[in-house]
Amino acid sequence: MVDNPLTKNIDMSRPPLEVGAYESNDGYQSLHKIAGGLSPEDVLQIVKDSGLKGRGGAGFPTGLKWSFVPQGPDSEQQKYLVVNADEMEPGTFKDRLLMEGDPHLLLEGMIIASYTIAASKAYIFLRGEYTKSVETLSKAIKEAYDKGYLGKNILNTGYDLDIILHTSAGRYICGEETALLNALEGKRANPRAKPPFPQVSGLWGKPTIVNNVETICNLPGILTYGVDWYHGLTKGKDHGTKLFGVSGKVKNPGCWEMPLGLPIRELLEDKAGGMQDGLGLRGFLPGGGSTDFMLPEHLDLALDYDEIAKVGSRLATGTMIILDDKTCPVGMIGNLMTFFSHESCGFCTPCRDGLPWVDAIFREFEAGKGTEKDLEILREHVDYMGPGRTFCALAPGATAPLGSGLKYFEEDFKEHIKQKRCPYKH
Amino acid sequence: MENNLIASSAKKARKLTEAEIAEIEHEKELYPDNQAVGLEALKIVQKHQGWVSDESLLAIANYLDLPIADLEGVATFFNLVYRQPVGKKVILFCNSVSCWIMGCDSVRSHITDTLGVDFGQTTEDNEFTFIPVPCLGDCDRAPVMMVGEDLHRNLTNEKVDEIVAQYRGKD
Repeated sequence: MVDNPLTKNIDMSRPPLEVGAYESNDGYQSLHKIAGGLSPEDVLQIVKDSGLKGRGGAGFPTGLKWSFVPQGPDSEQQKYLVVNADEMEPGTFKDRLLMEGDPHLLLEGMIIASYTIAASKAYIFLRGEYTKSVETLSKAIKEAYDKGYLGKNILNTGYDLDIILHTSAGRYICGEETALLNALEGKRANPRAKPPFPQVSGLWGKPTIVNNVETICNLPGILTYGVDWYHGLTKGKDHGTKLFGVSGKVKNPGCWEMPLGLPIRELLEDKAGGMQDGLGLRGFLPGGGSTDFMLPEHLDLALDYDEIAKVGSRLATGTMIILDDKTCPVGMIGNLMTFFSHESCGFCTPCRDGLPWVDAIFREFEAGKGTEKDLEILREHVDYMGPGRTFCALAPGATAPLGSGLKYFEEDFKEHIKQKRCPYKH
Repeated sequence: MENNLIASSAKKARKLTEAEIAEIEHEKELYPDNQAVGLEALKIVQKHQGWVSDESLLAIANYLDLPIADLEGVATFFNLVYRQPVGKKVILFCNSVSCWIMGCDSVRSHITDTLGVDFGQTTEDNEFTFIPVPCLGDCDRAPVMMVGEDLHRNLTNEKVDEIVAQYRGKD
């Protein structure tokens, strides 16, 4: 049985599979199953039973999210699916692999999702910088239309669907689902107030589901091979496989599909080959730039949502950024603060004013001018910009590496103050 | 540079080309209203003109019947809409966390030394504009940068020299 449903067709040394080759490897089988008599309610139940959780960062159960879309004759008839392909989280490079490596998998998943929520239009909100993905997806979309998987009356089900590829003009905040919807509507990408949630009132005020690329890519396998198979992929509580990445000074950085629930050590040591010679592991961000630092003592924890949450961090995107013992933690956190400060949409005060302040303090530390008072101000900002204080999750995301970094690497901050320079620079 | 900026503050819409109009009309079919097409039109005009001048912005606002201030708000919000002239190729240099750990700062200094430009500047021969970009999502092959539409990975000083020579040779 297939044990790597997300990457089984991916070989980056050649172009992605064309539709014919994709079909002969069980591709689009799920749509034939649907055409054979699965109602949207049936598919919804299957996805709920699978236990699939969103792979974009928040880990929200996908079936539950879909069930919030109002259905029935009295509901708004126009509904939308939007795929969040605006991969911009620092240190995250997983959706790119899926879109460049196997674009039909994403399209098949999108058709399943759109059918289930009764959407007749689906947008892919793609990072403009992903020029290769534009190429692979455009070609695959055309092939899918030619084969009758898209367009009118798909496989004689009476169901119509159009997929539209939208390329963004670049802002991290577009990854936030309501900001993404504003961007797609041609507005500044400021987040919207919730409620109403997009599931009820989203794109152009219509019910809208926003799902991450990798989440959608889980669907064809679940439909084709079944829920039991999906549950059998993992031994832990969370189901299915996930893409995990490692970047930083390891021997073999990369991105791999693994079942959820394996120890972190297996990813870092077996897949990524451990640290480069002469370097030790100091800590790591487990799921992109807006997750809390974890330490070498956490390496035996399982790669699943709950286990990582127990030590105060998040599995999030599953792409790890490794901090080695010759790289300055203060510099690393400072780099992240520059990023978050630049990418703040500027709408709410704690984020717009707090992040540049924090960033400026890191520049002071870099120049050897950091003080104890600065350290106090940084600590205060972990609270001022934390969850519940801001309009969206951008600034709270920034406080994750900031707060945990201040806790775990306090001595490094103090050394900067004492030596009046960065102790890692020679 | 300064002359360009002064010239571009003239408040007169330029005439959109037929090719630009055709592409904008195509986008109109994909979205239910003109506001959504506004951002697409900015990108289309930039593709043809290299950047979005005041004259271009006015032309788009007129053509789609959008408030000028709204369109300007959108144009200045997004990183990849250029409201100032850029060189023939834009270098999008990733300086986010994984690239930083892998030493992008020294590659950046090398580019500044050899091309004579820092972030936000264009080379004297108008060949390259050098700007930073948030994480390019290719972190296992850091440091990375884009030149125009092409991604270049595992950058070293030597590799940067080769890449620059390659693009210069294309003219």
